[in-house]
Amino acid sequence: MSAAEAEPRNKRALERQARKEQAGLLSLSLPAFILVGSLVLVPIAWLFWLSIYGNDGFTLQNYTRMLHPSYRLTLITTFELAFLVTGICILLGYPLAYIGAQLGPRMASLLMLCVLFPFWTSLLVRTYAWLVLLQRRGVINTWLMEWGVIDAPLKLVHNFTGTAIGMVHIMLPFLVLPLYANMKAIDTGLMKAASNLGASPTRAFWQIYVPLTYSGLGAGVILVFVLSLGFYVTPALLGGGRVMMWAMQIERSMAVYADWGAASALGVVLLVMTLSILWAFAKLTGASAATGAK
Amino acid sequence: MLRGPATETQVTHLQRLWLYILCGLVVLFLVGPTLMVVPMSFSNSRYLEFPPQEWSFRWYRAYFSSLEWRRATAVSFQAASLTMVVATVVGTLAAYGLHVARAKAGRYISILLTLPMIIPVILLAVGIFLSFAPVGLNSTIMGLVLAHSVLAIPLVLITVTAGMRNFDINQEMVARSMGASRPWAFLTITLPQIRNSALSAALLAFIVSLDEVVIALLIAGGDKATLTRRMFLALRDEIDPTIAAISTLLIGFSILMLLVSQLLQRKRD
Repeated sequence: MSAAEAEPRNKRALERQARKEQAGLLSLSLPAFILVGSLVLVPIAWLFWLSIYGNDGFTLQNYTRMLHPSYRLTLITTFELAFLVTGICILLGYPLAYIGAQLGPRMASLLMLCVLFPFWTSLLVRTYAWLVLLQRRGVINTWLMEWGVIDAPLKLVHNFTGTAIGMVHIMLPFLVLPLYANMKAIDTGLMKAASNLGASPTRAFWQIYVPLTYSGLGAGVILVFVLSLGFYVTPALLGGGRVMMWAMQIERSMAVYADWGAASALGVVLLVMTLSILWAFAKLTGASAATGAK
Repeated sequence: MLRGPATETQVTHLQRLWLYILCGLVVLFLVGPTLMVVPMSFSNSRYLEFPPQEWSFRWYRAYFSSLEWRRATAVSFQAASLTMVVATVVGTLAAYGLHVARAKAGRYISILLTLPMIIPVILLAVGIFLSFAPVGLNSTIMGLVLAHSVLAIPLVLITVTAGMRNFDINQEMVARSMGASRPWAFLTITLPQIRNSALSAALLAFIVSLDEVVIALLIAGGDKATLTRRMFLALRDEIDPTIAAISTLLIGFSILMLLVSQLLQRKRD
């Protein structure tokens, strides 16, 4: 057998071996895949099925029920809070990330520790802190009354205000972290160049700097918005049952009324809203919010 | 430090003093409320004051003498430790396999594995409750560990993959060309070099499980209630000052975890 004849055979054998190796490597993700598949993908498919298949066969009843005013109110509250929280997070988070990106390394890492600290602290602990601070006889009301700012305690918690304050506190790091990473990578020479060419500081900031931060800001905004839409814990505690979010409606349908049809239909709607917002964002920017955030 | 212009466009520090003040307030907003709980937890009164008029360990005694709180803490730490092991091993294996294989299918698999991060937790909780019911996994430690691992796997995958990017996989090839098997090469060459990423990932997995509320609320009943589940239920009914003591202990624990993770990150750079 000559060398020329052996070559294609060797090549095929090598390719076969490479494919086998690749399959072997991919199979290392099998345990993770089985876990996520059996606890995320299958149950969600099942929920979808439950939402359209009742005792008397196929039905859209679970979805048509959502046209009822009480559901509409929940949906409006959910979006109102998500928009409000996202807006406040931008107003508070943008300056913080901006200053952070310009500080010296030591001050910057101190500032980032302050942003990471809430991130690592239990969600419940932080929500509890706001409950204690904002309640009728809480710290804020006591102080305001001692200073003579108000005569009677303000109603700060178990309502929309308290929910919004608590949610901003939870969501702010999600906006600041990707934005900070983005701003850190900006070449500041560009600002100098703009200045040399005669742009005023304000103009250089709005026309050069801000557009360069769109990707980080976008990732943060979409993360905050999507997380707010599906948020349960903080609104449930700080809203005191009066502020109804979509996620709470799901929990209530299931735990209180044991109505799987309603719970699953609400869940499907939440999932569709979340995924379509993420999909639209990915289409617009060519990036994924999940990878941009970490 | 305050001499000279603050930015490249010659804006001075004084001109943007308002910006510094605003940032100071935001930092206070971020850190202040949580830290205020610490002194308040040493108050002797039923209505927590700041600063406390009378200091005492009353609420710490209440916590440590309560069998229910102690049991819930034990369940939480047990579940978190096991979740850490499961998620880190399973997630690191997946991150390694997907990174080294460089296959197109690998991209789709990693997107799939990060799905639990995108899907609202309430939906995961309802789905997991639904699938645990027929196999009797609700209200068990094993059920909690599996559910929390699913939440932690995306974070492990992302953290370890980031670590793998800084590692030259050719080193492993060299080891293998000299006769090492793939598992051996991974254990002796690759793993030590991505160790800090794997440890960061383990820390994250632990914290995710320890802090998780919504899934535990639905699936962890009876004597398998986690700390966060009990805290949530207690907070929904009334503001129990015992929670201030528990919160302070948890804050201390979080600070410790944060410092360790920062240390690991610094070593990684």
